[in-house]
Amino acid sequence: MSALAHVPTGQSTGAKPPPAARRGRYRALPYLLLLPGGGWLLLFFALPLLQLAAASLYDPGGSLATGYAMTWAFGNYPDALAAYWPHFLRSFGYAGLALVLALLMGYPLAYAIAQKAGRWKNLLLVCVVAPMFTSFLVRTLAWKTILSDNGWVVGLLRDVHLLGPDGRLLATPFAVVLGLTYNFLPFLVLPLYASLERLDPRLLEAASDLYASPVRAFRRVTLPLSMPGLVAGTLLFFIPASGDYINAELLGTPNEYMIGNVIDSAFLVRLDYPQGAALSFLLMAAILAVVFGYLRRAGTEDVL
Amino acid sequence: MGGTTVARETPAGDLRLANLTKRFGVFTAVDEVNLTIPQGSFFALLGASGCGKTTTLRMIAGLEEPTSGQVLLGDRDIARLRPYKRPVNTVFQSYALFPHLDIFENVAFGLRRRGIRDVGEQVERMLALVQLEGYGRRLPAQLSGGQQQRVALARALINHPQVLLLDEPLGALDLKLRRQMQIELKRIQTEVGITFVHVTHDQEEAMTMADTVAVMNAGRIEQLGAPADIYEFPATAFVANFLGQSNLIAAEAAGAAGDDVPVTAHGARYSVPAARARVDRGPVHLGVRPEKLHLVGSADQVPAGHQHVAGVVSDASYVGVSTQYLLRTAWGSELSVFAANSGSAERFAVGAEAVAHWDPRHAFLLPREPGAEDQTTPVLDEPVGVKS
Repeated sequence: MSALAHVPTGQSTGAKPPPAARRGRYRALPYLLLLPGGGWLLLFFALPLLQLAAASLYDPGGSLATGYAMTWAFGNYPDALAAYWPHFLRSFGYAGLALVLALLMGYPLAYAIAQKAGRWKNLLLVCVVAPMFTSFLVRTLAWKTILSDNGWVVGLLRDVHLLGPDGRLLATPFAVVLGLTYNFLPFLVLPLYASLERLDPRLLEAASDLYASPVRAFRRVTLPLSMPGLVAGTLLFFIPASGDYINAELLGTPNEYMIGNVIDSAFLVRLDYPQGAALSFLLMAAILAVVFGYLRRAGTEDVL
Repeated sequence: MGGTTVARETPAGDLRLANLTKRFGVFTAVDEVNLTIPQGSFFALLGASGCGKTTTLRMIAGLEEPTSGQVLLGDRDIARLRPYKRPVNTVFQSYALFPHLDIFENVAFGLRRRGIRDVGEQVERMLALVQLEGYGRRLPAQLSGGQQQRVALARALINHPQVLLLDEPLGALDLKLRRQMQIELKRIQTEVGITFVHVTHDQEEAMTMADTVAVMNAGRIEQLGAPADIYEFPATAFVANFLGQSNLIAAEAAGAAGDDVPVTAHGARYSVPAARARVDRGPVHLGVRPEKLHLVGSADQVPAGHQHVAGVVSDASYVGVSTQYLLRTAWGSELSVFAANSGSAERFAVGAEAVAHWDPRHAFLLPREPGAEDQTTPVLDEPVGVKS
């Protein structure tokens, strides 16, 4: 807000501002440019967040019909955690598992595109981003069809006895993790690609010349130099994946529901606003804790 | 993680390239190269860009696999060993220092990969050798080009390779620094006694530093020998003009007569000692280095035993240590003449008639493609031996 306080100084001095005031107006210019974005954030992020924080402390006995009373009910938090801690664990478990799978696929993919693709580089990048041109919902629904009990994938797996005669893919944890992996993979691949693209292949030659086998050259040169992309990519993957509810909703059952589903139902089905708000803040806090713990371990605070 | 086993038994012996060939598709980058580089020598591979010298080096390092042929270290063929299994290290043209590691860790990299734990003392000693004490904790980006170059050198040398490969390591440095590093490199090579193979396109660098120079052209070795021997008696027209410059006059030889080979060029008769003739029959180039030509005002001033060509001075450039003249001959070629500015020589103005003369013992005969004309090079800014 102090930014706004600078603005009037140049304007309040009348029609012919002295040189000093004119300079003052130029000094205010950057803050003026900040106004639209700052205003937007204030209106549509900061205020709703405050409102949500307030809602999380409403009297849990209220309802949408009777109205909520602000009773500073901090008990909403332990209550929500006690009721839904398994969903928190499941969210981070699924998101973590999906992250591992995505890394196993995404790192080699990003490396291949960045270092080995030559003139195919741009085309492959477009292929990575292409799914984003359709809606998240449509893509997940497509997986629902692919994994359905009557689909060819399940049929084939049953024929080769990888699945029992009643075995299914849809409505299992597998399907949810697969959906998460698929949907958030590009967020991992793109920052990784950006890091690996800058990797000078001559450094790998130098490592090889200095007695590093390919495995060690990867560990000592490629991996540390791709760290900024790796950290950014894992965060961009993990944060939305752990808060996601579409994949569990469409590809799982209530047994696979993640914390996102609980929040979704608290707001839209059960209409229990205080609990939904408390869960939202708990999720935010949990993700921040995970992220800071991770950044500290990764030793690259400078990416933030 | 144990150390990678690197063969470093007994003194390696000489590095030998046997019929070494590398083709990229239809392009032959290195064509049946045969070379012996004696252990402990400072060897330079000299050639223009694209002549195959870097490819040769990369095959020795293991970064490029030969199409055919052998790379022998002593009696052992290392041509198919992975680079990290070879007792060979490289100083890369771009230095290729690891940007995420400090100078200490860059230098220690090779030792650590071989599982050596106690590296501190060795690294400090190596940093001292390249005069970078106290720089261990800096990052490569915080060092100047010359300092980075020395780190690259230390990083390779610390492994006591049997052969150290240098790929145009001074190319990115400015002239003054390059001179300093040339002397440094030579000093270090003498100190450590490791075989150095130095790839460069800078003929002066090759001559200042190397014991033996191999001049490469189009994937082949054109001539190999001590710098002075190559300079004084080049084997081909390419070498005569790549290493320094030469006046090559088209001539015909008709076989040796006694100790001399008489030749006819543009209607005049000359002779060259038989020992300085690469060929003594058929089309030849009569070659004389510009600094071996002397200018006088008239033919009667030519000393006894010297041979001469008359002409008109078409250009005179005073460059301090010498004056570089172009002398247009009666048949139209322009000969380069470098007259040392020793104070005794007569000065000639453009347009003046003059006579260039030379001691036949300084001339040489090279094979010439039938139909090839005179090859006289324009005066360069920095000919060999004139630079201060």
